[in-house]
Order: sequence, then structure tokens, then C-alpha cells
Amino acid sequence: MNNDDLKQKILTIVPSAEFTDPVYEFLNVTVLPADLRKLAEQFNSDPDLSFDYMFCLTGVDWVTHMMVVYHLYSTKNDHTVVMKVKIDDRENPEVETLCDIWKTAEFHEREVYDLFGIKFLNHPDLRRIFLEDDWVGYPMRKDYVDPVNIVEL
Amino acid sequence: MEEVAQNIETQEYFINMGPQHPSTHGVLRLMLTLDGEIIKKVEPHLGFIHRSIEKMCEKDSYQQVVHLTDRMDYLGCHINNEAVCLTVEKGLELEVPERVKVIRTIISELTRLSSHQLWWGVMGMDLGAITTFLYGFRDREMITDIFEETCGARLTMNYNVPGGLMFDIHPNFQNRTKQFLEHFKKKLPEYDELLTGNVIFTERTKGIGYLSKEDAISYGVTGPSGRASGFSCDVRKKNPYSAYDRVDFKEILFMEGDCFARYQARIAEMWESMKIIEQLIDNIPEGEYKAKTKAVIKLPPGEYYQRVETPRGELGVYIISDNKKNPYRVKFRSPGFSNLSALDKMARGFKIADLVAIMSTLDLVIPDIDR
Amino acid sequence: MGFSIYDFSDFINNIHAFLSETFSPVAGNIIGMVIVAACFLGFIALLGLSLVYIERKVCALFQQRLGPMRVGKWGTAQTVADIIKLIFKEPLMTKDSDKFLFNLAPFIVMIAPVMAISLIPFSKGLQAVDFDIGIFYIVAVSSIGVTGILLAGWSSNNKYSLIGAMRSGAQIVSYELSVILSLLTIVVLSGSLQLSVIVESQREGWWIFRGHIPAIIAFIIFIVASTAESNRGPFDMAEAESELTAGFHTEYSGIKFAYFFLAEYVNMFIIAAVGATIFFGGWMPLHIGNIEFFNNAMDLIPPVIWFFMKVSAIIFLLMWFKWTFPRLRIDQMLTLEWKYLLPLNIMNILLMSIVVLTDFHF
Repeated sequence: MNNDDLKQKILTIVPSAEFTDPVYEFLNVTVLPADLRKLAEQFNSDPDLSFDYMFCLTGVDWVTHMMVVYHLYSTKNDHTVVMKVKIDDRENPEVETLCDIWKTAEFHEREVYDLFGIKFLNHPDLRRIFLEDDWVGYPMRKDYVDPVNIVEL
Repeated sequence: MEEVAQNIETQEYFINMGPQHPSTHGVLRLMLTLDGEIIKKVEPHLGFIHRSIEKMCEKDSYQQVVHLTDRMDYLGCHINNEAVCLTVEKGLELEVPERVKVIRTIISELTRLSSHQLWWGVMGMDLGAITTFLYGFRDREMITDIFEETCGARLTMNYNVPGGLMFDIHPNFQNRTKQFLEHFKKKLPEYDELLTGNVIFTERTKGIGYLSKEDAISYGVTGPSGRASGFSCDVRKKNPYSAYDRVDFKEILFMEGDCFARYQARIAEMWESMKIIEQLIDNIPEGEYKAKTKAVIKLPPGEYYQRVETPRGELGVYIISDNKKNPYRVKFRSPGFSNLSALDKMARGFKIADLVAIMSTLDLVIPDIDR
Repeated sequence: MGFSIYDFSDFINNIHAFLSETFSPVAGNIIGMVIVAACFLGFIALLGLSLVYIERKVCALFQQRLGPMRVGKWGTAQTVADIIKLIFKEPLMTKDSDKFLFNLAPFIVMIAPVMAISLIPFSKGLQAVDFDIGIFYIVAVSSIGVTGILLAGWSSNNKYSLIGAMRSGAQIVSYELSVILSLLTIVVLSGSLQLSVIVESQREGWWIFRGHIPAIIAFIIFIVASTAESNRGPFDMAEAESELTAGFHTEYSGIKFAYFFLAEYVNMFIIAAVGATIFFGGWMPLHIGNIEFFNNAMDLIPPVIWFFMKVSAIIFLLMWFKWTFPRLRIDQMLTLEWKYLLPLNIMNILLMSIVVLTDFHF
């Protein structure tokens, strides 16, 4: 499917989805946390879409809100989509886990939780992955201050 | 008999493999739940060398970001550098000279060869054949000498800069590379003789650590490890970059998905790498070794994603720019991190000795996982 | 006969007589024992030093490098330097280890090869003890070593050590059978358990040639099984440095570690010596039938040299194994023993019995 077909298909699943103009080759779709799970399940199970390979999962701190970015690719249909979920609650961001659909998400979600503090609901083993368990704060957030380890130039 | 066996009460116990352990290849800690010698669960604990490279990148200019990446996967450092450069060039819509593309491809493949040589040596050592380790390093030495001459460094090369290369290739480069190919073509069959045909080796690897194609895709296991499970994921074929679109090479695919398939995939990949270098080494176009770039690079606002094929799998570089001289957010999708997540799936039910074989066929580089 | 000039029996007897005359017979015996013990201790120390050096050089040969080259000429003093280093190292001990057993284990491991080495006939008459049940004694004594390994693993209070010790226990107990049966194959042929008699019986030719097919099969099984019994690669599962860090001696340091290290090499020597004695005629020179000229020429080489040449060849073979093969897995190793080597061995003994009964050997 090309990007336009994908766009139509996604709109039938989640009518409220927003599309950003693709600056580069991938189609970008932004959804709200409530719609994420529905869209993800459709992405994986719908034979026309069948995004079976999640090649990147990351978080972004946009200062006003948090965002989780999922890069998905279909090995069967050879198309790519970038699914973004916008979380407005910056203090206590929560989003459904996708690690039962794409198993690679299990580690990546732990990484995002560790560095951004985004909680993934129903994640089987949500612990910090890189930092120690008693680390205070989430280092990849833009407002994180660490006078010892971060040297301001 | 079985009744008796069931009546014996056994107790599961934990064992800490690493962070100081010879076969975790760095500071990886694995919590193993064992029943006797049989693995019930593997739980990796990461972060012993987490340097937060992504956070550091947010403070650095794009030229500096390049130099941080070769501290991730130190065995594929050139390819990591290339990934960032390609992303930045994509953002700048900069067309690099043909000469740069070809040189980058040759050096990438040399990097892949040197990484696979080291892996081959270490793989043998993990299975108890220490001699392979020295054989692997012996041949790798020739490549590092070539790198030293051209790039000035042997391990962390830093040869790429956004827009091209830092300097032109050394006049000896072509000759020495050809000499190396000549030499290594004789040595690679020796590798086969020492391990591939060995009964003990095949017994230790065949049928061990099975990973199905579906699982490989779901866990995002890429590179030779993924391709050994039948997951066609070679970025060089799917999204050709640099000069890969003009060379003729095969994507190595195996369907068995066990340790032996992963081993064979890497050995076959070495032959393909040599084929690629051979096609290009005599055809390096004349021209500039660097496109003109501004001293301060500012990417237009937006998001840029570039995938490259490192020796371990697919490396993704995700840069978000907000039109400043440093990136707003950089994410490295490291192949080792995803490959490691499948370790538990692969190792369950096998023995400790098999876990070592599985880990070495995954070819983990810990700085690449921890970043 | 050529080798009568190399006969040590008279020499040894003279010393014994001199001691008995000078002192009382009992004191003479005791002094004799002390001298023999001192000789063996010196020999074992020398053996350890030289075997470690040889192992390193052989390993370097296989790995296309030079090996130790810095300390002394061609690195010959390297092992001496290593021993000095080990002696001066702090003997570490884990907190909850069983102190008594932890300290006892290296000695038990060391005692077994020392007891076994006394039976080895180095040359005619140059043998400390000559039991009529020699082979039986060697096999029995060398299995004491496993107790030491089990104790070391158990008392270290380290799970890696424990797994290593358990592996080692399973391994040695099962491979012992193959070693015994492969030696018995030759005992069937020679008709004696006494080592000196076995050597003497090979005057016309070594058993490996005279016993042809069953003897060669027995020798192959012996080499495989005894490599496994001495915990050397490719059967070094008890150490398995890539899996269990160092197996049963993970927690040992300094001189106690050196004991384990030394025991491994002395064990290797004993295996080679027993193999040479049983299959290759021990100190007996190479004799071919009744070709007088050839036999006399061979007799000119001293028996001690013959013995050490054969032992060196077998030791080289063992080192070759270690530096070429990958390590087996524990279950594969037990499968190899119980499903292949042992049945083959029993069949081989039957075959050898038939060969002996029908006089089909040379």
C-alpha cells in the first residue's frame, strides 16, 4: 500500500487520527493514548496492513507533552508507518503497552520508562533497564537536572 | 522409572552470570534461573556501561554526534558513523560525491569483515576452542592495519564526517586491500576446516537456540542472526544506501534458525563482503572526497530516520531537529538491544553451555546495547 | 644384550644393601623410602614446571605465535617466575566457605597422582614399587582425585564451583570405566596386572602392533577416556572457563591454585606414562621380530630415553586435542561414554579374548 491508501485505511480505524506531512519517506500518524491499542491491534492483525516488525520504539519529550514513537514495517506488504502517541499528562504519563503484539517492545518500553518516565500499563515487567532502581528522575526529559553528571557548556 | 524421577524433589536456583564473566563479552549481567543445568529463565540486567549517548548528543553539534557513535558498537564503528552522516545528509538534502559513496561502502565491508573475524574467533573460544581466537585476530590485524593507514585509528575510526570523508584514502589503500582479499580467500576455508566441519562443533550448535521466523520478526532480531531464521532484513538490499545499489551480492538466508545457521550466515556473509569489495576496489571514481558543507550544520525542522546494516543487524538513527545547531532528540535503534531481548526465548530449556553458544552466535557487543 | 648396561636393578639393589648394612634394616628401608620420596617430589616439581612450559610452547605453535619469550632464554624461566608469583599471592578464601575442606581439597587432588606415579617403570629396575596388581592400583588411586575436586567445588560456597564439581564427578566416574576396560584389553593379552611384567612381555614388539585391531581400538578409547578423566580439553567441562569461569577452582588463589594446576599436569604425565607402558612397551626399545641388527641398534638408545620419548609423544597428542577441539557439552559427553565408548569397549574385550584364544596375534 502506498501512503495515501494507508492514510485512508487508518482513518477508517481511528477517525480522529492526525497526519503530519511526511518530511521524509514514512507516513506519520498521531493518535491519542485511548486509540493506541485499537490501532496497534488492527495494524498487526489486518492482512492489508500486517505491520509485523517494529524496528524502532522511542520516546520524545516535547516539553508541552510527551510522545512515544513507534516505527512499524510490514515484511509481507513492504510498507512503513510511523505511529505516534501524544500524551498530554506530562507529570504522570501513561500509555498501554504493545509488548504482547510486538515482543521487541518489551525491552524498548522499559528503556522509555527508564529514561522518560512514561508508564506502560499492563507491561509484564516494567522496571528500570539501564539505571539503578533507586535513581531519581528521568534523564532524557528536557527539564532533568543533574549537576554532577551533566556538564553545561 | 519416570515415577521415581518425579518423586525426587529438585529446587530451582539463581546464578549470576556476569557482569564479570568471560563469555558475556563485556559487562552484561544475566540472572539465570536454573534447574540443575537446565535454563528456566534468563533475565538480562543492562546498563553497566550506559553512558547516555543520546542525551549527550542533544548537547552536541552534528559533527560531534558522529564521533560519539563509534563508542557504541566499537566493532562496526565506521558503519555507525556512516549512519549518522547519512541521516544528516538526508536532512540537508546533500548529494555526496560518488567517490565518497564507494569508499564508504568499501570501508563498511572491511569493517564487517573485521567484525565477523573477531566474532568467529570469539565464538570458537566460547565453545572451548581457544586457537580460533588467535586465528581470527591474526587475519583481523591486516584490516586494522589498512584502517590505521587510511583513517589514522585502528578501532574507533571516525573517518566519516557529514558530507563526505575526513580525508582521502591512503595511496596504498587499494593495493593493501587487494592483498588482504588474496590472503583472506585462502584463510576462510581454513576457518571452515577448523570449526564448521568439526563434529563437536556441529553437535554443540545444531538445533540449539532455535528462533522461528515469526519470533525473529516480532523480537526485531536483525542482521545475520535474523537472516538465519529466514527473516529477510538486509538493509543493504531493502533500502540501499551509499554504493550498495550498484554492486552484486546475495542476501544470505537460512531457514534453520539455530546456532549453526547463524554461524553459517556470518561465514557466508564474509564471502559476500569480499565480493562487494572486489567489485568496487578497482572502480573508485575520481573526484572530491568531501562535499562542501557549512561549518555549523543546522538541519531543517523535522524528523529523519536512516537505517544501515551493521555487522550485528539493523542500526536506525532517528534525529529530530528543531532548526538549531544541535539535534533536539537523537535515538539510536541499536541491533544488539533487540537481539538480546530474544535471548530468553532462545535459551529456555537448554543448558548453560548452550547459553554460551547462543550468546556468541547473537554476537553481542555490550556498549552497543547499553549505549 | 645391549640394554643390560642400562639396567638399574643392580644399582638400586646396591644402594639398598648399603643402607641396610650401614643402618639397621628397618632404618635402611625408611631412609630408602625418604630418598625415593624426595626424588619423586623433585621430579614432580620439575615435571610441573617443564610441562607448563611445553604446554605453552605447543599451544603457541598451534596458534601461530611464539609463546613465552621474555623470561630467560626462549622464556624458559617463565614458569619459575609464575610459580614465584603464585607463592607470593594472597590465599583468598570466601566468607562462608568450609575452611577445613577448602584447604584439604588441593592436597587430595595432589595426593592421587603422587601415589600413582610411584608405580611407573621409568626403566628396568627404576621403579619405586612394583605391585603385582599394578594397573588395578593405579586406576584405584587415580580416582581419589575426584574426591578432591568434589570437595573443592562443595566447600567453595560458589555455585559455579559446585556445578563444575558435579560435572567433574559425573565425568570422572563414568570415564573411569572406559579407562579400566581399555587397559584390561591389554591385560588379557599380556596376562598380568604387574607393570614390569607387562613391559617385559613386550620384548618382541609393542602390544599396539602385536595386538593389531583390538589393541588400536583400545588405545584410541584409552586416549579419549583418559583425556576426559584428567579434565583436559575437549573434556574440560569441570573448568569450562567460558561457562563456569573456572569451575571447581574458581575461588582458589595463590599456591592452592598452583596445586590444582600442578595436579592436572602430573595427571597428564601419568596418563601418558601408563599409555606408553601398556601400549607402547614402556621403556622397551622398538623391537621388530627377530631382526637382530635392528633390535641391537635400538637397544643402544637408553630405555629412559625411550620411555620419555613415548610419553612426550602421547603428551603432545593430548595437547593437540586441547588446542584444536571445541568443548563438548556435559550430556553429549556422558552420551559418548555410556552409549558409544562403553559398549564398544566391551565388544573390544570380547574381540581381544577371541584373538588371544585363537593365537591370532603376533
